[in-house]
Amino acid sequence: MSKVKSLEDLKKLREEMESKLVERNNSSNLVQIKVAMATCGIASGAKDLMEFLIDELDKRNIEAVVTQTGCMGYCYAEPTIEVTLPNKAPIVFGYVNLKKGDEIIEKYIKNNELVDGIIPVNYESIEK
Amino acid sequence: MAKIKKHLLVCGGTSCNALQNEVIASNLKETIREKGLNEEVQVMMTGCFGLCEKGPIVKVLHDNTIYIGVKPEDLKEIVEEHIINGNKVTRLLLDSDPNLKVHSKKQLRIALRNCGFIDPENINEYFACDGYLALGKVLESKDPQKTIDIIKKSGLRGRGGGGFPTGLKWEITSKSQADQKYVVCNADEGDPGAFMDRSILEGDPHSVIEAMAIAGYAIGATKGLVYIRAEYPLAIERLKTAINQSREFGFLGTDIMGSGFDFDIELRYGAGAFVCGEETALIHSMEGNRGEPTFKPPFPSVSGYLGKPTNVNNVETFANIPVIINKGAEWFAAIGTEKSKGTKVFALAGKINNVGLIEVPMGITLREIIYEIGGGIKDGKKFKAVQTGGPSGGCLTEVHLDTPIDYDNLIAAGSMMGSGGMIVMDEDDCMVSIAKYYLDFTVEESCGKCTPCRIGNKRLYEILEKITLGKGTLEDLDKLKNLSHVIKDTSLCGLGQTSPNPVLSTLENFWDEYIEHVTVKKCRSNQCKALMQYIIDPEQCVGCTACARNCPVNAITGERKLAHLINQDICIKCGACMEKCKFNAISIK
Ligand SMILES: Cc1cc2nc3c(=O)[nH]c(=O)nc-3n(C[C@H](O)[C@H](O)[C@H](O)COP(=O)(O)O)c2cc1C
Ligand code: SF4
Ligand code: SF4
Repeated sequence: MSKVKSLEDLKKLREEMESKLVERNNSSNLVQIKVAMATCGIASGAKDLMEFLIDELDKRNIEAVVTQTGCMGYCYAEPTIEVTLPNKAPIVFGYVNLKKGDEIIEKYIKNNELVDGIIPVNYESIEK
Repeated sequence: MAKIKKHLLVCGGTSCNALQNEVIASNLKETIREKGLNEEVQVMMTGCFGLCEKGPIVKVLHDNTIYIGVKPEDLKEIVEEHIINGNKVTRLLLDSDPNLKVHSKKQLRIALRNCGFIDPENINEYFACDGYLALGKVLESKDPQKTIDIIKKSGLRGRGGGGFPTGLKWEITSKSQADQKYVVCNADEGDPGAFMDRSILEGDPHSVIEAMAIAGYAIGATKGLVYIRAEYPLAIERLKTAINQSREFGFLGTDIMGSGFDFDIELRYGAGAFVCGEETALIHSMEGNRGEPTFKPPFPSVSGYLGKPTNVNNVETFANIPVIINKGAEWFAAIGTEKSKGTKVFALAGKINNVGLIEVPMGITLREIIYEIGGGIKDGKKFKAVQTGGPSGGCLTEVHLDTPIDYDNLIAAGSMMGSGGMIVMDEDDCMVSIAKYYLDFTVEESCGKCTPCRIGNKRLYEILEKITLGKGTLEDLDKLKNLSHVIKDTSLCGLGQTSPNPVLSTLENFWDEYIEHVTVKKCRSNQCKALMQYIIDPEQCVGCTACARNCPVNAITGERKLAHLINQDICIKCGACMEKCKFNAISIK
């Protein structure tokens, strides 16, 4: 990995990464899942859930990227995940145990049918 | 099966008016069915939208429309106009309420901007979110004082509890002359129930690293230290990963981004003593000495780690820095109240529906936090108080529900901002016991250096214990007050100076409860076991023996089919009998 030598370099790097993300968001069949993996999430089983999702999506031939992320703030509903279907707004699901994870794959990801446990995002973030 | 195309979300879950929401949801489903749309439109109950005051809420997912205050008779119109014809029902739109326009969502994430958004172990995702851009700008400006001026102008105050202006602290440290200076990040986070700093380090470690480097450049330090409690293994792991990545890209190390500026960060582990969060104790602990506070001045900014000027800031304080540099001091200063700018992260806990991590603009009211973001009190109970500021803070009551929350208002209300613990209490909480709980904590955590703190807090605890056992007198209440003031006035560090606050604040706000405990020997919340009796009403008791069979200490006697009796000398007040009695014959007196 080469070091970033100037602000210009860094700006280029940012653009590169941004466009990668945009590409990912625009790809027509990629499902994106973020698993909240802070201490609270992991304590409620987020690690197992993440492995389960990676394995099962693969087995069921669904093209997806599953990544970890920090605390989304919904401690009362851990484990929580955010699912973004192609060209759709992200949806946050709470109380996702393995059974619920399976249901989310079968119903929401495959058939666009929502399942219980949706948490409306109740915060705004600064514009980036 | 046809693929579902549209979704309607109705707020529900355990919060607020669950019943009303159920009616809305089932009526909506019915309407959809009547229109023959049930194959393609799905109605779904969801968790809380954080807009409870405006409920019930219906959200049309595909075009992100939120309807508020929806009544059953509105549903037909929503379905016909919006779902079928594609025209929004303007009179019910969230935006139609002018008060809500600005803050349709009560929370604003600045410090937590990347938490739950990026992968904390992937520096590339941080780059995509302006990562290290602020550091780049600061280095390019070649003007440390300019950076300090930006932070000063932003009005940022320390988030570790004291609320000292951050820019001013940087300026003082920058003006101290020395061959070496240090930037220290305080990640000790010792308040019971607090996990704001942990969440930031676990969710966005790079923002803290970037900010420490910025601080280093501003004050003229080349070394950074993070003092973090060893009980935070995941935060430590992620921080280490991030530091390594940052070094690889050259944001830590020598000649950062070709500027000639050197900076690197090391971790120091704390053993989890609350007092080590106090900055002088923290510094001694890092030096390998006992974690005991020492007198200020000299302040760390003049003489700190190894006797060198040291700038200590809290994790959340740092997390705000890159945003302020990137978006400007004016942008930041426009958020919040006159003297408290920006946002504050709180760990919302206790008897509240939506326990969690929240970030709100300064100036928000407790009412908004509890009833909107928090989704109200659990099980529909009555709100009693909120404890802020942890063991150094106090409680706020119903009269404070509409006070805008900022550093100064909280102090005026007899509490303090603290680092962000916010524990909600309901009618079942006994305020004397709460004060006792916090004193128990401080007695454990006092370093023992000063007599008033070491012995005085213990005495406070004992008096509180005596009151909860029903042996307190009116004189004891006077003693509590006097002793509290002595401890506050004569202790060396912030721990002792604030430890009596929970006592003083409950005395002030819940005097009646103290009086009841000492005069009529009653605890209205039925928490003080010594002050309550389980009794069996002979009129109601049918002699089923269920209670006697379940009593763990055989305190209940009585013949089958005859009224039973509890022997108060044996009873340990576990409540098992009351739970088991099907005839409501047992009650608490
Ligand atoms: C008993 C005691 C405990 C403290 N614990 C912490 C802590 O856990 N985290 C923290 O950042 N500050 C804590 N502080 C405040 C620090 O002494 C110091 O003021 C703070 O780290 C400065 O950073 P800031 O200006 O960014 O808030 C504590 C203070 C006292 C008196
Ligand atoms: S006030 Fe208490 S914690 Fe602080 S130095 Fe004195 S004894 Fe130690
Ligand atoms: S409260 Fe517990 S100990 Fe007391 S009588 Fe009932 S069951 Fe027995």
